[in-house]
Amino acid sequence: MKGSSVKQPLFRMVKRDDVTKGQAMVVRFIAVVLSLIVCAAVIAGITGSSPVSVYLGIIDGALGNSNRIWVTIRETAVLLLIAVGLTPAFRMKFWNIGAEGQILMGGMISAAWMIYGAEMMPKSVLIVVIIISSALAGMIWGVIPAVFKAYMNTNETLFTLMLNYVAMQIINYAIVFWEKPAGSNTVGIINSATKAGWFPKLFSGTYGLNVLIVLIITVVVTVYMRRSRQGFELSVVGESNRTAEYVKINVKKVIIRTMMISGAICGIAGAVIVSGSSHTISTSTAGGRGFTAIVVAWMSQFNPIAMLAVSAFFVFMQQGAIQIATQFGLNDNASDIITGIILFFMIGAEYFVQYKFKFGAHKEA
Amino acid sequence: MGAPSLFITKNTCRKGELILNEMNAIELKNITKRFGSVVANDHVDLTLKEGEILAILGENGSGKTTLMNMLSGIYFPDEGQLFVHGKETVIRSPKDSYDLGIGMIHQHFKLIPIFTAAENAVLGLDKDKKGGIAEVNRKIREIIDKYGFDLDLNRKIYDMSVSQKQTVEIVKVLYRGADILILDEPTAVLTPQETEKLFAVLRNMKASGKSIIIITHKLNEVMEISDRVAVLRKGKSIGTIETKDASVEILTEMMVGEKVALNIDRSEPKDPKKCINVSNLSVRNREGVQILKNISFEARSGEILGIAGVSGNGQEQLLEAIAGLEKYESGKITFYDNDGKETNDKVISFVPEDRLGMGLVGNMNIVDNMMLRSYRETKGFFLDKSKPLETAKKIVDSLKVVTPDLKTAVRRLSGGNVQKVLVGREIARDPELLMVAYPVRGLDINSSYAIYNLLNEQKNKGVAVICVIEDLDVLLELCDRILVLSGGKVTGIEDARTATKEKIGMLMMDSGKVENE
Amino acid sequence: MSAIIVFIQQAIGQAIAILFGATGEILIERSGNLNLGIPGIMYMGGISGLMGAFFYENSTENPVPLVGFLVSVLTALIASALGGLIYSFLTISLRVNQNVVGLSLTTFGVGFGNFFGGSISKLAGGVGQISVQTTASAYTAKIPGLSSVPVIGEIFFHYGVMTYAAVITALVLSWFLFHTRTGLNLRAIGESPATADAAGISIMKYKYIANVVGAMISGLGGLYFVMEYLGGTWTNNGFGDRGWLAVALVILALWKPVNAIWGSFLFGALYILYIYVPGLTRGQQELCKMLPYVVTIIVLIITSFRNKLENQPPAGLGQAYFRENR
Repeated sequence: MKGSSVKQPLFRMVKRDDVTKGQAMVVRFIAVVLSLIVCAAVIAGITGSSPVSVYLGIIDGALGNSNRIWVTIRETAVLLLIAVGLTPAFRMKFWNIGAEGQILMGGMISAAWMIYGAEMMPKSVLIVVIIISSALAGMIWGVIPAVFKAYMNTNETLFTLMLNYVAMQIINYAIVFWEKPAGSNTVGIINSATKAGWFPKLFSGTYGLNVLIVLIITVVVTVYMRRSRQGFELSVVGESNRTAEYVKINVKKVIIRTMMISGAICGIAGAVIVSGSSHTISTSTAGGRGFTAIVVAWMSQFNPIAMLAVSAFFVFMQQGAIQIATQFGLNDNASDIITGIILFFMIGAEYFVQYKFKFGAHKEA
Repeated sequence: MGAPSLFITKNTCRKGELILNEMNAIELKNITKRFGSVVANDHVDLTLKEGEILAILGENGSGKTTLMNMLSGIYFPDEGQLFVHGKETVIRSPKDSYDLGIGMIHQHFKLIPIFTAAENAVLGLDKDKKGGIAEVNRKIREIIDKYGFDLDLNRKIYDMSVSQKQTVEIVKVLYRGADILILDEPTAVLTPQETEKLFAVLRNMKASGKSIIIITHKLNEVMEISDRVAVLRKGKSIGTIETKDASVEILTEMMVGEKVALNIDRSEPKDPKKCINVSNLSVRNREGVQILKNISFEARSGEILGIAGVSGNGQEQLLEAIAGLEKYESGKITFYDNDGKETNDKVISFVPEDRLGMGLVGNMNIVDNMMLRSYRETKGFFLDKSKPLETAKKIVDSLKVVTPDLKTAVRRLSGGNVQKVLVGREIARDPELLMVAYPVRGLDINSSYAIYNLLNEQKNKGVAVICVIEDLDVLLELCDRILVLSGGKVTGIEDARTATKEKIGMLMMDSGKVENE
Repeated sequence: MSAIIVFIQQAIGQAIAILFGATGEILIERSGNLNLGIPGIMYMGGISGLMGAFFYENSTENPVPLVGFLVSVLTALIASALGGLIYSFLTISLRVNQNVVGLSLTTFGVGFGNFFGGSISKLAGGVGQISVQTTASAYTAKIPGLSSVPVIGEIFFHYGVMTYAAVITALVLSWFLFHTRTGLNLRAIGESPATADAAGISIMKYKYIANVVGAMISGLGGLYFVMEYLGGTWTNNGFGDRGWLAVALVILALWKPVNAIWGSFLFGALYILYIYVPGLTRGQQELCKMLPYVVTIIVLIITSFRNKLENQPPAGLGQAYFRENR
């Protein structure tokens, strides 16, 4: 109790256990609506156009033509993939904020194979090699902090964060050798003529293979988390180290194994970005998606359907914002502001899912 | 706003009434405190005279700490009156308690490890701001010199021994102006030499007019340090006597009381065979303190071996060492099969004291909690959910677990149901050795009996059962043999059919005398 | 000799933004909060100061440097305080996970900076790059005479006012944390909120103030960068990863502001070392830029050996405090 006063607060917050999934969805829905209103108000305030035309602009930007729809799908798939990749780690309460770095390492290996491997093997083999080696690269980048966490309890949040920037410098290093044209300090579109190492069109869709890979991994991870012994073990470790030791789970092994999986998926995300859409590599290949995906995974409570919905919503708003910015000749960082505002509202909503106001005096003990 | 706040007035002592004996530092009248349906303190009376040392004696769960927590502002009594220095008062927060000059030294120290003693003492205060920490240090030096403490002021807390930390806690409350000190089992963590030092300090404090309450289990210490002894039993005050009139026998009898018949069925062990032998087991904790010393005993199939002792005397470590969860320094644990041959292949079930933090995962449902054990029994990549589901159903049905469904997180079940789930799961493994720690703590009567019956069933099936139980009445009626732990040593192994409550009580208190190197 | 002097000047020029960021973050982390939104807050502080100066210079015929200076400091402080307030509200009052909120704030803040940095002149009806030379002249002004004293003057007095402000802020924070009663209480909260609460310290009040003031100090780092370092202009993402370097510096400094001073100089030196080491290829230069992060990781690993408790992160770092959870 604060001070010497015996005042009781008029209301207090209590943890609620009894919240149903329906109620939780209502709270989240209200947050989404509120964030939409605020976003529109912000955009309208900056551009001076009416909120209605802002919304129409957003819809046009995200879904206006088949090309835009494909971009929206592509971006949604990538964000979902990263969020899915982060899920095992977060379920284990391992704060992997190093997805950016894991993506970059995967992307870099993909670019390397595209550049050096194009003549070594047929295109289809090259794609397989790219996916496998990008997974390995992400795995290595993910397992380093895991080993230190397991054996020395080194803070993984800060470790993984720092590794992002080490990865960026490795990319910068690689760009020195790969830059095209010389002196541009960018890699440019790799194999734009031969398209070696590019994901092929699938089911007549530009990004069909991207979507397929993401769907397969999402299903596999969902099954892994819910049905496998390993998925169960990592959940126990996440809930309580003491219980894990009580049932003789090897906690160190689980931490390392889980981060191998998490890192590998983020590495594949790097391949999906580089081979599947941008066909180039730069330090902004991950583009903050490793961070956004953390929030996506966290807000979705690791439910894959929710992750899909949240990812799609974010990308929809981002693509819309980019379109509006272009319309008014503003720069497309507007989409980051929009993302930020939505994040704040949805994050805030989680609080009201977990706690409720209770009026009246505090009952003693 | 709660109604009780209306009663708060700084001075309720109107002329002619409510002025009690001015010689009393504290007087508690008719204090009752309930937690749900459990009555922790049942109309308790207690008086602490000015300038005396009062010992409060009682078994675990007798309500001593709860009573003291109402003086330190952690709990608020449901009924009763509270007088400090003769004035009726209301204590609603630790701050109120401090303001009245009451300082409590808890068993778990509230200190910031990277701070010094002075920094910890002055936390949150505006006192001695001008002189800075040097001035605080000087004041604390005065307190140390005045009462004869032994404390290095330049040391950080993390660098200190347990007894030094305790000294910091005492110095802290004195610095904050306490003239009434409450020490909750202060000697539990001390060596005999440190205990002597503490007692010397307590006597000095008494000599300079401080009033002191000391909670303890150790009769010899009660006899040594206190002026009077108040005894609590099962939440009720049994009485207060002058220490000079007391003897170990009288106090033991007051503490354990008459034997109460519980009517727990007990069958004769059928064909008991040696199941496990522990010899010369010694365990140190992470801080290097010796928790168990040369423990030797055996447990037999078809028999319940009870472990008696004041909690914190190594029971937890003993069970965890047998379960393979605690590393031990020396000694040997040997398991035997039915033919008396040594084996490493025993199914050991263990119901730990910390049910939701260790035995179960609170956020998982009953089925997943069953899986904690069963998932290891299947091979392959995937989980087998059908078997745990079956086990869960069986346990919920046969033990009458009250739960909305099998998908409910176990932390949302009541304490008794949580324990049924845990014990049920451990029994479902068909163990050869079943260990349970405090199986009925916090449970109501019906749930408790359900648990006793389960233990008896296991015994009759030929399982070796080891159980740590606080209640001596239960131990005497449920168990076949009772091992008494005190100070990390075995002070006796008694036949439960012939042992008396007094005998076990004496063995439990039988520490201090053993050398403590 | 002169090359060394220029190297020192450049290193300190790089260091100051990081030092502000780290000083603010140390204050915040000492209260038990890990604010990963600092990079975003620094962007917000930078662009808001620039916008304040921009609107001031555009509103009057003859802008006065000192007024522009005051306006930009004020707007930078307000914007970063707002960032800190959003973070505080979500993490302290609503007890949402600190990492999630911090990362969101960085996304928001960086977007905020780049959006307005790239669009403000257009939104204001002008064209081309935003530039506030009059105000910037107040930031870049050096002490006359002293700054041109050979060697000593060139090393110690060759900087604008913000450079000295950064060092003084770190020193003041150090004094506050380790020599005042309030600082003691704050550190207690970072170590063990439950113990501090029991001692009668108001957790809410302390945490809010530490977080908002810390955000304001960090925001000044962004302001320093656009005004003194860039001379009153904006380039998108020009601030780069300095915000994360500030978070890293907190670890290197072992949560002590005085260490952050020399640590920031070290980081600044490592940041530009590649320019001054002769004979490096471009590739080697890029690897050289990795050094600040690698050094931080090594420090992080060494501290996790738990050799000395004072060098550990605050024990309560990253955890929300809710009294009923006790």
